[in-house]
Amino acid sequence: MNDTPSHDSIQHDASEALAEHIRRADADGTPLRIVGGDTKAFYGRNIQGNAIAALSTREHRGITAYDPVELIVSVRAGTPLRELEDVLAANGQMLACEPPHFGPDATVGGMIATGLSGPRRPWAGSVRDFVLGTRVIMRQGSEQRFGGQVMKNVAGYDLSRLMVGAQGTLGLITEVSMKVLPRPGATRSLRLAMSPKDALDKLAEWGRQPLPITAAAWIAGALHLRLEGGPSSVAATARRLGGDELRDDAWADLREQRLDFFNTEDPRPIWRLSLPHHTPLLEIPGATAEADILYDWAGTQRWVRSAADDDAIRAVAGRVGGHATCWRGANGAPVETPFTPLDPVIEKYHRNLKTQLDPQGIFNPGRLYAAF
Amino acid sequence: MNIQYDARLDGEPPHLRTQDEVLADLRQALPDMTLLHREEDLHPFECDGLAAYRALPMLVALPETLAQVETLLKRCHALGVPVVTRGAGTGLSGGAMPLAHGVLLVMSRFSRILDIDPDARTARVQPGVRNLAISGAVAPYGLYYAPDPSSQIACSIGGNVAENAGGVHCLKYGLTVHNVIKVEVLTIEGEYMTLGADALDTPGFDLLALINGSEGMLGVVTEITVKLLPKPESAKVLMASFDDIEKAGDAVGAIIAAGIIPGGLEMMDNLAIRAAENFIGAGYPVEAAAILLCELDGVEADVDDDCRSVRRVLEEAGATDIQQARDEAERALFWAGRKNAFPAVGRMSPDYYCMDGTIPRRELARVLKGIGELGDEYGLRVANVFHAGDGNTHPLILFDANQPGEFERAEALGGRILELCVEAGGTITGEHGVGREKIHQMCVQFSPAELATFRAAKAAFDPLGLLNPGKNIPAPARCSEFRLTKSAGDAPAPSPAPTRQVPKSQG
Repeated sequence: MNDTPSHDSIQHDASEALAEHIRRADADGTPLRIVGGDTKAFYGRNIQGNAIAALSTREHRGITAYDPVELIVSVRAGTPLRELEDVLAANGQMLACEPPHFGPDATVGGMIATGLSGPRRPWAGSVRDFVLGTRVIMRQGSEQRFGGQVMKNVAGYDLSRLMVGAQGTLGLITEVSMKVLPRPGATRSLRLAMSPKDALDKLAEWGRQPLPITAAAWIAGALHLRLEGGPSSVAATARRLGGDELRDDAWADLREQRLDFFNTEDPRPIWRLSLPHHTPLLEIPGATAEADILYDWAGTQRWVRSAADDDAIRAVAGRVGGHATCWRGANGAPVETPFTPLDPVIEKYHRNLKTQLDPQGIFNPGRLYAAF
Repeated sequence: MNIQYDARLDGEPPHLRTQDEVLADLRQALPDMTLLHREEDLHPFECDGLAAYRALPMLVALPETLAQVETLLKRCHALGVPVVTRGAGTGLSGGAMPLAHGVLLVMSRFSRILDIDPDARTARVQPGVRNLAISGAVAPYGLYYAPDPSSQIACSIGGNVAENAGGVHCLKYGLTVHNVIKVEVLTIEGEYMTLGADALDTPGFDLLALINGSEGMLGVVTEITVKLLPKPESAKVLMASFDDIEKAGDAVGAIIAAGIIPGGLEMMDNLAIRAAENFIGAGYPVEAAAILLCELDGVEADVDDDCRSVRRVLEEAGATDIQQARDEAERALFWAGRKNAFPAVGRMSPDYYCMDGTIPRRELARVLKGIGELGDEYGLRVANVFHAGDGNTHPLILFDANQPGEFERAEALGGRILELCVEAGGTITGEHGVGREKIHQMCVQFSPAELATFRAAKAAFDPLGLLNPGKNIPAPARCSEFRLTKSAGDAPAPSPAPTRQVPKSQG
């Protein structure tokens, strides 16, 4: 297989139409709401402005280059994430950052724009870590290429990785090149009953050893572990750690938030706390029961159900060097300030970047913060 | 075309200040800071690892405290004086080349390891700490810092961040950008910013990704928190010989296709093999057209399984000989040949010039053939050292700067090699940075619109263009002139002689 798109993916290049749309929006100052599969619309603020026009990436789809031996895939933003993952799996490869879908329509563009990663993140890296290059339609309506289709590239500023997680506020991502990895030779998942404190202590101890752990979450009374690697090391580690066998698809349930913890009956908001490694147990306002906190990413990503005041929750995360995102508001409603407010100097440079790259404010205005 | 700073092509500074004026101002604001101004004191700072190009800075500042850096930046901002930040000065692309009208800010006195947290597996260090010193300091905890540029014994971590430095283990362990989690930055206006976090992500834009590899043009990095990894339980290295370079290239692909990601996967061509063997006596087969060094690391049992698989793959790929290092000493020896390839090649020739293109691996044979043909065209030998796992090539052009015209031919040949990499779908720099060295090739790799976007990103942080002006992103006038020169004929363009002879540089 060379870089001819010989896959079963549906190919369609809509970049010209998208560029034209953006040229017009920039001329008129029309705010654009960029939409892929619309599976992650809840993550972030509502787009602000009058006469907002939706701009769909769905027609711009297909894998444009994939040579498994190069470990690199280039794919258009509107391509369904599932389709990309199927093609990779057919070649024994994967997106190691394990991005969540949150629905069958999730697209590649949404994965990049939100930058959200799954349970393997602390060990393998985030979406941003696997991005090698992007094509982006900037406000002038020209498709520009940053980064490249090679593993190492330091020519120019790293605008590709800057686009990851920027939620489409700097330009329209039309294509991305990512590093892919072989699927592990062996996988075992284990469940070890223990307290969250013991789980965090154990994980710190194991973290200093070269163990083949690629997921670790404390959920409802037990530490859940995934081992991946060569068959020999996975088997030996499983013997050493003990515990009960766990279904391997438990990780997809965690990633897709299908676990009971995330149930929509509970009216309380869902918070995501992002914390340093080796952060101890924290007293989080409003989360008094043990089951109110789910520890993923070896404790560096904690999901919390709490109706407490935003500032009180953010203060707890901030004190230990982390931050807190209001993932879903009360009863699932959108919130005004989902993301932790930025330090004034940092915010100044966010505004400067936005003004430089999108002076008319047409790309997803207000999606991250009201100020830009 | 010359790459020396030229205000006509690279942009006029906001104010042209005299040395006396700036010296008086900084002395008053910073009476305790070391400030060099006499010509003989400035000479040691006139170049970095790209020693063919030199310029005396107006002044050299050697601050020791953050407050001094802050005040220095605020004064330079107020005066409109450019600031070029420098670490250990080992960079190969002229990223720290001084400006005659600018202050050289040397961060080498910030050389303390501030904190090691073995449980969180992080180390907080000052920018002047040497790359290898980090791994040394954390070794007692069974940890190490993964990126290992060849210059790691001398290069400092601040420069690694500025260049997004790589090394021989990038395919598996990533570049600097993947291994730095937080940096403290001072802006040109003297504001303090923390980019990244001890947590795994931050709200807002990923400015940490943006500052990595930005060549000191967006801010001054004053502190770095790096991610540490547990030392692999086992590391084994295989050396395979090939009678044909294309077969060696295919073998690399076959290893990856077998689902194995080696810790290191390096290739050398015959000229590089002979140079290294002469220099180190690593036991390399001097008759081979190419060798592959494949290091497998991880949990012992898996490493043994992988060694068997890789051996099988190499045999099938037509390797004429395969050796596995018997012990740690032999493993170190196999690597010593590769790690010293640059100085080894330097012994074969009065001077050499190291290139740094990256290409898709499948283009390897074609690009190597193209490099050979270009070498013939320019009448110069080229040795090839290649991070085969990630497609990063280091062609080393051999020349003699004492022969009239050879340096210019080497430089022109280097430019053509980089353009060949771009044509093959690759890039002009994998890990050494653009600096001044590849400023013209940026006009080849990027369109005017893309370059304008880079300039817009720069303007967000440094609207006056005071931080390291002229590096990394060419000004429009420079690209226009370069395109004119090129269209006037692709023959090696006559270039004014460099100010000094090219000494052998490290790798």
